Amino acid sequence: MLKDITLGQYFPLDSVVHRMDARFKIIITMLYLVMLFWGQHVISLIAGFVFLILALICSKIPPKMPVRSIKPILPVLIFTGTLNFFAMKGGTIYWQWKFLSVSSQGIQTSAFMIVRICLLIMGTSLLTYTTSPIALTDAIESLLSPLKKLNMPVHALAMMMTIALRFIPTLIEETDKIMSAQKARGADMESGGLIQRVHALVPILIPLMVSAFRRAEELALAMECRCYHGGEGRTRLRELKSGMRDYIALGITLLLLAAVIVGNILLSRT
Amino acid sequence: MPILEAKNLTYTYSIGTPFEKTAVDHVDLEIGQGEFIGIIGHTGSGKSTLMQMMNGLLKPTEGTVLLDGKDIWEKGADRRAVRFQVGLVFQYPEYQLFEETVYKDIAFGPKNMGLDEQEIDRRVRETAEAVGLREELLQKSPYALSGGQKRRAAIAGVMAMEPRVLILDEPCAGLDPKGRMKILTQLHDYHKRTGCTVMLVSHSMEDVAKYVSKLLVLSHAKVVAFDSPSAVFADGDRLEEMGLALPQVTRIFHALRAKGITVPDEVYTVKYGAEHLLALLREGGGQC
Repeated sequence: MLKDITLGQYFPLDSVVHRMDARFKIIITMLYLVMLFWGQHVISLIAGFVFLILALICSKIPPKMPVRSIKPILPVLIFTGTLNFFAMKGGTIYWQWKFLSVSSQGIQTSAFMIVRICLLIMGTSLLTYTTSPIALTDAIESLLSPLKKLNMPVHALAMMMTIALRFIPTLIEETDKIMSAQKARGADMESGGLIQRVHALVPILIPLMVSAFRRAEELALAMECRCYHGGEGRTRLRELKSGMRDYIALGITLLLLAAVIVGNILLSRT
Repeated sequence: MPILEAKNLTYTYSIGTPFEKTAVDHVDLEIGQGEFIGIIGHTGSGKSTLMQMMNGLLKPTEGTVLLDGKDIWEKGADRRAVRFQVGLVFQYPEYQLFEETVYKDIAFGPKNMGLDEQEIDRRVRETAEAVGLREELLQKSPYALSGGQKRRAAIAGVMAMEPRVLILDEPCAGLDPKGRMKILTQLHDYHKRTGCTVMLVSHSMEDVAKYVSKLLVLSHAKVVAFDSPSAVFADGDRLEEMGLALPQVTRIFHALRAKGITVPDEVYTVKYGAEHLLALLREGGGQC
């Protein structure tokens, strides 16, 4: 049930994408997002699609995985889809009732939005599939390090993120277990009205909170035992290194982005 | 008729992903009324998965679970009612405590059953006594109890539903020998007093062997043996091959046999073993 959520789960394989420098992967993902959201033309979606397929092939991740990552956001997709479908006006109007209408513009926008969000989720989930959470936060720390000059506690923030990411699967597993245990005592979580359902969450949330605090305390102790005292003078086991493949990947992405920008300018002129 | 039955029971995790794994593989079981069954198997042998299917928390991928001869996944069957009859105590059950007081937490199950105040009160007090929680502890916060007390309070929470089958998944994990003994003897007493069926999952032979009437041995998702402890331990070599340690006393007797001394091979309690050794010594201790 809860285990089916795959968003943000590392999928260890040996591929070019997995070996890439995490900093580059983050930058490339950001460029990919810019690519998707640049303008209102189909060209940005085509470019995004091409990019996604390329990345998928290079990463050796089974295509099922990113597709499955869409499942949790299905309600959002349906919501934005229908909203745009009925609320947008423009172009040929096929059907109208009070403020609701079905128009060619509406159909187009809603299809556009759905494809865009799907590409967005699949692309970003690819980043987390191919990059371990540790590498990811290391990269974020490295990318944000210029902010240290502004007295931002970059290392502490990155460490907090690492810990949070590290504990998501653990807590999901724990929630599953607590839910089963309370169900075994007859807790009813599937029926009843909203208030009853919220009430039914108490037996799950309280043990979960308690266990989160317990884990936090244990972790703090363990870190202290290993003399952790912040980022000052800390060295890394895995240094971030960039190489040829990172520049090539960045180059391809920039090329696609440029194609989108140029395409947009050309298409909006006509 | 057996109270609980598994037919061709199979469970596979994460079907269709690279993490696919069959945890329980075509298992057939018959559990009689009033039996005390020990379930052993090393980590990952499918014990916990099997137990969760027995009370309808997990839906079997294949096969059926029958309670009183009725399929619990039959259309229209009330799974909640099944869970009241087949009580399951999870591993580390103290992590499920959530109420303000121990009393309220033990009452959670009975309350879900829709019992009246009086009946709930009787059950809470009775089970608290059965697990050795003193009266004054009932009004305390469960988080103020010691580790062993928390564990027993959580077990009481399931017992209070007065299930006809009580399943416990490693109830002694992480406790000291004294706490372990306490829980095991209390379970034994509970079983004798109520006559209900008890299934005890463990990976410690030592703990289990003393109390149970039957042993179920699982290995790699399959049932390897389901018989009386003496019959199971008589085939000790096979258990050791599977990485399951025999009780100390059984190992000693197997070693004695290997030395050519005629002792039985199904000894699994110290008391029984001592009787045999004494008899042997009396007969003609010279050769020992």
